[in-house]
This record gives sequence, C-alpha cells and structure tokens, in this order.
Amino acid sequence: MKKTVFALAAVAALLAAPMSAQAHRGWIQPSSTVLSGAEGWVSFDLAMSNGVFIPDHAAMRVESLTILAPDGSPAEAQNLSRGRLRQTFDLHLDKPGTWKVANVLDFYNAVYKQGGEEKRWRGTAAEMAAGIPADATDVTRSRTLMRVETFVTLGQPTETVFAPTGQGLELVPVTHPNDLVAGEAATFTLMLDGKPAANQTITIARSGLRYRDNPEETTVTTGADGGFSVTWPQAGLYWLNAAVRDVAGTDGVTVNAQYNGVVEVLP
Amino acid sequence: MRRLTLAFSTTLAAGLVAGAVHAADLTVTVEIPRISSASYHRPYVAMWIEQADQTAVQTLAVWYDTKLPNGEGKDWLKDLRTWWRKGGRAMTLPADGVSGATRAPGRQTVTIPAARLRNLPAGQYNLVVEAARELGGREAVRVPFRWGAANTGRAAGTTELGAVSVAVTR
Repeated sequence: MKKTVFALAAVAALLAAPMSAQAHRGWIQPSSTVLSGAEGWVSFDLAMSNGVFIPDHAAMRVESLTILAPDGSPAEAQNLSRGRLRQTFDLHLDKPGTWKVANVLDFYNAVYKQGGEEKRWRGTAAEMAAGIPADATDVTRSRTLMRVETFVTLGQPTETVFAPTGQGLELVPVTHPNDLVAGEAATFTLMLDGKPAANQTITIARSGLRYRDNPEETTVTTGADGGFSVTWPQAGLYWLNAAVRDVAGTDGVTVNAQYNGVVEVLP
Repeated sequence: MRRLTLAFSTTLAAGLVAGAVHAADLTVTVEIPRISSASYHRPYVAMWIEQADQTAVQTLAVWYDTKLPNGEGKDWLKDLRTWWRKGGRAMTLPADGVSGATRAPGRQTVTIPAARLRNLPAGQYNLVVEAARELGGREAVRVPFRWGAANTGRAAGTTELGAVSVAVTR
C-alpha cells in the first residue's frame, strides 16, 4: 500500500527494473530443491516485490550472479530471461551434491559537497576514487552489500558451498538447508563479515501469502554465537531476512548489509 | 413482545409506504488497532452495507493511499478482497464523499448523512468493515443493524480491526 522508502530502498532501486525508489523484498524461487537421478535442471525466478514469491512489482537484476557447484567451482546460469515482473534462468545440475545459487550486490554510495552544492555518486569500489572529485568536501561514503540466495541438492547433500565469503551478511547452515521438514527444528548461524552476528532479528515469511488472511510472519533473534533455530510450522518455501545498517567499515565507509535466503520445507 | 411486534410492523409499514427511510444518519465507529511492526503501514479500509445474503448494497467509505502520484495507491485496492469483488471493482475512485486517505490507529468515526442513504429500503442489514495492511493481514467484520429506526449494533475483529459499532440515529 503506502510505499515507504526505508534504508535499503537504494538496493531495491538498483536491483529492480525498471528503476524505482521503493522498498521491496528481494527473493529467489527455485522450481525444486531436492532432486534425484544422474543430472537435473532447476529453474529460478528472481524479483523484488511486497509479498515474497508474488512477482507483482519488478524483476531483479542479476548482473552479479554467483553460482557454486558442489565442489565450490563456479557454475553458469542458462536461458537467462528478464521479464517485466521476474528474472528467470535455468541451472543444469550435472554433478551430485549441494549447489549454492546467489545474487550478490556490492556497490558504494557517496554524498559530498562541491561548490556549496550537494551531490551524489554511486558505483563500485574501483570506480570510487575517480568518481568523487578532488575538491569535494563533507564526503560521506557507504557500502551496500545485499545477498539473495538459495540452495539446491542433487542426490546426497554436501556442505562445501556453505563456507562463507566473509563479506556482508551470510547464512551458514548447521542443519542442511535441503533437509528441512515441517515440524522439525533447523539451526543456522548468521555471519557478518565472516564473524557471528549476535542479537540480529531474522524475519521469516512463508509462501502462499495470497491464499490466507494472516501473513503468519515470524521473527527470531540470533544468540551470542550468531545462531538461531526455526521450527517450521508447515511445508512451503520460506524467506529468511536479516539486515544491518550503518556498521563502521574501513576508511570511514559505513556498511549496510542485507541477507535474503530462501529454503524449502517439505512435508 | 408486544412492543417489538409493534415496532417491526411500524417499520414494515413505513418501508412499504415510503419505500425508503428519511432523515436518519448512520454512524460507524471503527477501532484501528495499534500494531507494533518495524514496517507498519496504515491499513486500507472499506465499509459497505450488505443484505442478509451478503449482496452488497452500497459502499460507504474507502480509505486508501490517495497521495501517491498517478493514482498508484489504487494498485492495492484489490487487497480489500471481499469489497473488491462485491463492488469495489465496479467503482471509479476517487469518489466524492466515499474515498479518503488512510487513517491512523485509534478510534475512527464516519457519519453517513441521511441524504446519502435515501434510496436504502428499511430493513435488516449488515455493515461490513474490511481492512488490509501492507506486509500485514486482512480482516472483515460484519455488524448487523436495522435501517428504519434508531438502533445500534456492535462486533469486534481480532487482528486487523478492533471494535466496530454502528448507530442509526433519527
């Protein structure tokens, strides 16, 4: 309804196409997460929208797609197609084990004054030195790191792809994310820059929002070790979100980080 | 018992003779609950009168985000699912005296002047209030009331709406 602009609106604006200045949830929806056989295909939808898994706003940009095969090597998305409401692509699972499919956005914003006029800049780390003029004053710089990811498994689950990169907010599964069952508890660890992220709020939203009146969204807070546990009330796709803002970074650059993970819970 | 019968037949007679009831106002009071949420948005709300068989008779009020450019606030009117299906989709908004901005949590009162209900035949109706909130839930509350004589009705929601009361005053 009312489209409120909140801190990560910039992320939404960058990820969404067409450009918009509204805050929406970023999500990735796998067509399946548990596969058997010698090989398999999974199709993914990615979008920014108000309700998770309801593509009613804008497709997500995927210029920064990072797919890891079970051995940790990079894999390629196929059949990329950007629709108005959702981006899709396919992944050929040609090796058994667990794959990590992530879209990771990493960009910098700067606000500065030049000749008494306030100006803004956005770009990558490499572009920043050239992007901010030498006579700029009152420069404030921030970095935005947003991860949208899911896991899929062909055959026996493996754990090689769980290793965090040490950049921004990440989820390290303790319970395997392709081994989740309704009524059972699962444990994860939230990491910020490779270290446990204590006392952070995780928002948990379930698919099928359109077909019920109560969103049945829940939150859980991470412990001192960054750990949290979820007992899945029922089967479905679940969206796990965490966000930190204005974290002090290196060279006076503040960091805004967000994690959006999707897991499937089977009956 | 006698008085009740008398009142009922008077109403019937008035309805039969006049065809409609004049000079009665309808006042609806709705409690919009205060909901603690990191991303709270005021709910969209629709109010309408329906017959006992749930046929919609007349929309009384629609509160939505009227300030967004290009009427974008209308994109979410369909989330008032029941109202949308029963009449909202046939309306053109904004509508004078019906549509307005969303309202803050707390007690909100709407008075419908008699003139706007001049075509409503006397009888038993439900006043329906439906609320839908972005990143929140949806709820509809039905309050029975009688049109044709002074009376009040009340009901309450449990999630997106609090107490709802209807008063017909002569």
